[in-house]
Amino acid sequence: MSDIRLEGVTRRYGTFAAADQVDLSVTQGEFVTILGPSGSGKTTLLSLIAGLNRPTSGRIFIGGRDVTNATAQERNIGLVFQSYALFPHMTVLQNVLFPLGVRRIGGAEADRLARDALKLVRLDGLENRRPSQLSGGQQQRVALARAVVFKPDILLLDEPLGALDRKLREELQVELKQLQRTLGVTTLLVTHDQEEALSLSDRIMVLDKGRTQQVAAPTEAYLKPANRFVAEFLGIANFVSLPDGRQGVVRPERVRLSAGEQGKSARVVEAIYLGQMVRYHLALDGNQTVVAAVPFLGTAHAPGERVSVSWESADVWPVT
Amino acid sequence: MTRSSGFSFIAPLLVLMVVAFNAPIVYMLGLAFWEKGRGFTLEHYEGLAEAPVYLRVLGNTMRIALIATLANIVIGYPLAHWMRGLGSRGRMIAIALVVLPFWVSILVRTYAWIVVLGNGGIVNRALQWSGLTDAPVSFLYNELGVTIGMANVLLPFLVLPLFAAMIRIDDRLLQAAASLGAPPRTIFWKVYFPLTLPALAAGALLVFILCLGFYVTPAILGGGRVPMISNLLDTLINQIPRWEQASAISTILLIVTLLIFAAYRRLDRKASA
Ligand SMILES: Nc1ncnc2c1ncn2[C@@H]1O[C@H](COP(=O)(O)OP(=O)(O)OP(=O)(O)O)[C@@H](O)[C@H]1O
Ligand SMILES: [Mg+2]
Repeated sequence: MSDIRLEGVTRRYGTFAAADQVDLSVTQGEFVTILGPSGSGKTTLLSLIAGLNRPTSGRIFIGGRDVTNATAQERNIGLVFQSYALFPHMTVLQNVLFPLGVRRIGGAEADRLARDALKLVRLDGLENRRPSQLSGGQQQRVALARAVVFKPDILLLDEPLGALDRKLREELQVELKQLQRTLGVTTLLVTHDQEEALSLSDRIMVLDKGRTQQVAAPTEAYLKPANRFVAEFLGIANFVSLPDGRQGVVRPERVRLSAGEQGKSARVVEAIYLGQMVRYHLALDGNQTVVAAVPFLGTAHAPGERVSVSWESADVWPVT
Repeated sequence: MTRSSGFSFIAPLLVLMVVAFNAPIVYMLGLAFWEKGRGFTLEHYEGLAEAPVYLRVLGNTMRIALIATLANIVIGYPLAHWMRGLGSRGRMIAIALVVLPFWVSILVRTYAWIVVLGNGGIVNRALQWSGLTDAPVSFLYNELGVTIGMANVLLPFLVLPLFAAMIRIDDRLLQAAASLGAPPRTIFWKVYFPLTLPALAAGALLVFILCLGFYVTPAILGGGRVPMISNLLDTLINQIPRWEQASAISTILLIVTLLIFAAYRRLDRKASA
């Protein structure tokens, strides 16, 4: 059993709360992403779960056991740091052997486990290199191998792909997802890249200023944001007034353009080609702007052209 | 800029160095191989080998240098580690306190130890007052005093490079080790200590080399009763005088020092890599 439960977890530095009354429940084998802007408390939350930091108040349960006051050593958690934190004086193999040695697993058994882990992240052949002789992506994989080699109950990943270029990041995202599925390990991933969060996880947790904003499946959080912050943080949000006076959010993909008269009249300000899609920035009458994303079918509206804009009322999600 | 034009700038300096500094040293070292009227000879080295007192002094010097170096490590390592844990303000104060002795004349510092360690000094009075001893313990004019004095004077040479290496260690490495299941002891011995080892070894060798050539401290705190190489050389040159013998001893000391220095360079390169 390796589910995680946080109950009102708070971590204060002076009067400032880096984590503020956070509740979260992650089931066995689930992949949950913590998403939030820089300084929102993501790393703080992971370090609290890993036992590298103690909550000021609240309780943490792992596998049903209260570990609030347990040391990191007693938690059996694999943690990949934002900066990888590989031991510079050890080779790749020695780095991966480290958690095994600590658990008194040695000899051929340890060697086999370490080599298996390195194979899993496709690093076989580099066992005897030092971390300084590896590329960023390779270092990331060593950190990953080191964090999974001892079969942790939980895997915590702090922006593991943050320092990598886009192409490599996308490649590793796929690998990470496969690895997680292969191992079936409960995983918490921290990122401030919303695409990464949407593509990898079963559920996402959006954090701002140490407080939980929403915990939901990616599509749900995207289409039914709990509040304005979530709506704006996850992709592009068009805010529109509802008949009852409240505000609602419409996603760009739900905005329709036509040449006729059936919607609101708007002027094309900008047309941006995104491969299969075109993103229009439109100015409605009365200074309101709307962003629309429509499939690119060979022709597009040019800036300055007048178009008609509409959306289904079912596609508007009310937010506070 | 080509190499040769750069060379022409430093050439005068180089000439000065060679004439005023290197040539006398070579002359000094050459003395041992020369006997008036007879030319080249090795007899002064043979003389060294035959008179056990010289070898004993050399051995004595090595031993005291080794003990002073070990004392430095035992005091310096925990000190540097403690300084690492301080806040930025505390670190600055600690560094100032460690460096402060550099600004005080070595002579003053050495005489200060007489005040501290003498029979009526602070340490002895405290020991007697607390009832640990009845009679004063003699710290001065023996090897103990010399070792204490040298360890004190040389402490910054060990602490500063060690501290520099320690603050370079990323806390996240230690946290990573903890998260991988390592208890504090393992974190220290498998991660922290190995990362400080090159700097520790380099600093210790530096202290050792400096110990070998120490003159003032053994002269004052040893009261002439703790013969070390430098003091022996002083006697051979200023009192007896037997320059040839002094030259032979200097040559041996120089070779030993160079060998250790070569080791130091290798370690230092590893430490800064
Ligand atoms: N030891 C500390 N002392 C004081 N404040 C701290 C400490 N650690 C973190 N904080 C503060 O807590 C807040 C959250 O920090 P945290 O590192 O968790 O952010 P993050 O979401 O991981 O940001 P990033 O995306 O930049 O990594 C920040 O405002 C930070 O300044
Ligand atoms: Mg962070």
